[in-house]
Amino acid sequence: MILSRSSKAIIQVIILMGTKVHSYKFFILLFLFPISVFSQIHQKTLDNGMKIFVKEDDRAPVVVSQVWYKAGSIDEVNGKTGIAHAFEHMMFKGTKTTKPGEFSEIIAAAGGRENAFTGADYTCYFQRLEKSKLPISLKMEADRMQNLVVLEEEFKKEIQVVMEERRWRTDDKPTARANELMQSLAFISHPYGRPIVGWMDDLENMSYKDAEEWYQDWYAPNNAILVVAGDVSAKEVFALAEQNFGKIPSKSIRDTKPQLEAEQHGVRRAVLKAPSKLGYIQMGYKVPALDKDLTKNSSEIYALEVLAGVLSNTSTSRLNQNLVNRDNVAISASASYAMLTRGGLSLFEFYATPSEGVDDIKVEMAVKNEIKEIINNGVTDDELNRIKMGVISGDVYQKDSVFNVGMFIGQLETMGYSHTLMDQYTENVKKVTSAQIQEAAKKYLVDDKLTIVTIDPQPINSAQ
Amino acid sequence: MFIKQLFFISIFFLPCFAQAAVDIESWVTNDGSKVYFVESDHLPILDVSVSFKAGSVRDSEINNGIASFTNHLMLLGSGGENEVDIANNFTNIGAQLDSSFDQDSSSFSLRSLIEKKDTAIQLFNKVLHKPDFNEYVIKREKKRYLASIRQSDTQPSSIGSKSFMKTIFGKHPYGLPQSGTEKTINKITKSQLKTFYNTFYLSNQASIVIVGDIDKKTAKVIASSISSGLPKNLNTVDYPEVEKIQGKNINIPHPSSQAHLFYGAPAIKRGDPDFFPLYVGNYILGGGGFVSRLTSEVREKNGLAYSVYSYFMPYLEVGPFQVGLQTKKDQIGKAMKIVNTTLEDFIENGPTEKELIAAKSNMIGGFPLRLDSNQKILQYLTMMAFYDYPLDYLKTFPDSVNSVTTDQIKKAFQKKVKIKDFSTVIVGVN
Repeated sequence: MILSRSSKAIIQVIILMGTKVHSYKFFILLFLFPISVFSQIHQKTLDNGMKIFVKEDDRAPVVVSQVWYKAGSIDEVNGKTGIAHAFEHMMFKGTKTTKPGEFSEIIAAAGGRENAFTGADYTCYFQRLEKSKLPISLKMEADRMQNLVVLEEEFKKEIQVVMEERRWRTDDKPTARANELMQSLAFISHPYGRPIVGWMDDLENMSYKDAEEWYQDWYAPNNAILVVAGDVSAKEVFALAEQNFGKIPSKSIRDTKPQLEAEQHGVRRAVLKAPSKLGYIQMGYKVPALDKDLTKNSSEIYALEVLAGVLSNTSTSRLNQNLVNRDNVAISASASYAMLTRGGLSLFEFYATPSEGVDDIKVEMAVKNEIKEIINNGVTDDELNRIKMGVISGDVYQKDSVFNVGMFIGQLETMGYSHTLMDQYTENVKKVTSAQIQEAAKKYLVDDKLTIVTIDPQPINSAQ
Repeated sequence: MFIKQLFFISIFFLPCFAQAAVDIESWVTNDGSKVYFVESDHLPILDVSVSFKAGSVRDSEINNGIASFTNHLMLLGSGGENEVDIANNFTNIGAQLDSSFDQDSSSFSLRSLIEKKDTAIQLFNKVLHKPDFNEYVIKREKKRYLASIRQSDTQPSSIGSKSFMKTIFGKHPYGLPQSGTEKTINKITKSQLKTFYNTFYLSNQASIVIVGDIDKKTAKVIASSISSGLPKNLNTVDYPEVEKIQGKNINIPHPSSQAHLFYGAPAIKRGDPDFFPLYVGNYILGGGGFVSRLTSEVREKNGLAYSVYSYFMPYLEVGPFQVGLQTKKDQIGKAMKIVNTTLEDFIENGPTEKELIAAKSNMIGGFPLRLDSNQKILQYLTMMAFYDYPLDYLKTFPDSVNSVTTDQIKKAFQKKVKIKDFSTVIVGVN
């Protein structure tokens, strides 16, 4: 559900292929699988404005602690793209009282797992620990919230690591480059057009001073939230939070401009040449996200959410069934929609790999036919029921992971929604009708809002 | 892409510790399947996994890919019902069906709400017991496999890992690409798939894991129902032994911006007596995230890579030890040099006492994290049941880690990790 923007979030370090697969899965899980446990969330705001959320769960003697900052690539300015993410790396490089790398050593010695990730809308730092170790985590997070030291020599090395990350994550992966192109073509004035990892030239020209500036601008208790979930008592967590974060002074956080995207008139297309055997097509329709004022566009947003499920939730959903299995025009086809974003805007996207010998344009037409079919004839009750059953069972399955509970709260709150929004998610999904889906598709999935990126495969023996 | 990752490192590296709550019950069904069961009443969920000794090691050069293809087709039609009806039956009751595949095993898993468990198990059994291998599905999926193979042959990480496995295992089936080749996939027939299923999806070689909110009596009924519908054949074939072969250096040109390094050799199998020293030692060398020696030297001190790692992947037979990294092309020489210096020093001198204490502290202090969800318990027990680990393995794990010494690590690495036998595959250096 929060998948699309999140899947582009940058995990700070990925050690093994196994880890990579795992982290990808944990984001995927969020799609159409909400949780309705939010009535049991304990909440408190410290005097300095920092919000604390606690979810008690005593199934296992463990705790997850996440500190979220409302600072992501959406807050960057031209020439400094990638600073939100590069800065996230610097958060592991020492404070007034700790050496570079010491944060990780202390967490490791406490038996913990830790990492961080940067998205378009937020940056999150997390640790998973045996429950008695929570004070260590909070003490160190409070320390780096106020006492970080950005050393020039450390920054110079780390920015090299970040450039390697960009090469590995984007430059050498054709579909990742296609996605980057899609974003920059679909969003011309809105900051979602810029890659989270940053343009290479911006990374090459970035200095430790940019990191210091970012820290000064965005890292403050009143721009952060703490989420703790696991075998803890809310009362104890509140006391620990007060003790560690309570005295950190708040800052005035500057207002950001809306930077709304100008109206699009007509299809936008781009072709990417990349080493590949197969082609690839990504189609993105510009659509709104759920308005922060929930009375405004809720029914059409939930209709789009369910539509994405009908198209691509399981192997029997329409895209796989019709494009892959029936017509054999693609070897894979899927759709996604991020209904929640901080920036108010989103894309309803289709991704497909054409079968060998099949033109992109044929796949494009096949996708448009699926849309047309839904606009004309709606969706079946069986399809709606399967989506609803998935949401209901997902509700239960999701409780198996306390980490994901934390993810929901953190994402919702930093995006500007309330975590209580999820209380109504299942009900709102259940209410969606075929007529609402038809209407939403007719209104938003039209050529004038469409951007298309295709890959033109190049043999690997030719230079790039 | 629908073809699964070549490596399944996560199972081995899910470091493992028992928490008091995980009480494993074990028995063998009348039809010879080994069962591990954990009763967990926290959530109204049932998780089941079933694994067969039917991984890509069962392939030969001639039919390469048949094991993976069988695993893939198991979900696409059974008992006369087509793939759409099968999948919808699961979705209609909110149940989830999944499969996984690696060198050693072919596995299937089910997650269901407790209230729907009877229907879910019936559906699951149909999938496991009566695969149809429909001709039109075979034809279609072959095309997808072929397209996917050709595509992965253009991507540096796939090119590299495929080449590395072939180089270190030679003619042993561990060296074959899991998804097969264009030539071999094209030749697979329906009758070969049926034969493969009947030969290797055996009740007497299956391991079944059940975790969830049911009692032992119910678990026994479920396990028997799974086991009794599977083919049975007591004349089973063991996996072939891995023979030692000469290391090689291979450079594969690619227009990528980074060079990808794959460096190592076959090292240990499951149940190796040196397992714990090697496991703890590797945490220090290249497994322990930000705090490992390789990460410290290559990434933290020199900024040469985003990801650098080492791991042991023990199989039923001898599996690889591998070091890997990606770095800008013109830095690969420098990065290799640092890797070698770090590795040589570690093998010659072992870790420091301080490093060992930190490693133990992480592994033992973090033990409750390993099994803090039903999903993780299921994954862990699936691995234990498949590889025949003793039932008290989890209980004794902290002691096993704690008893490791720096000297044992040094000796175990000297015995099992020999740089002179390593192969080097680098993709992206022209």
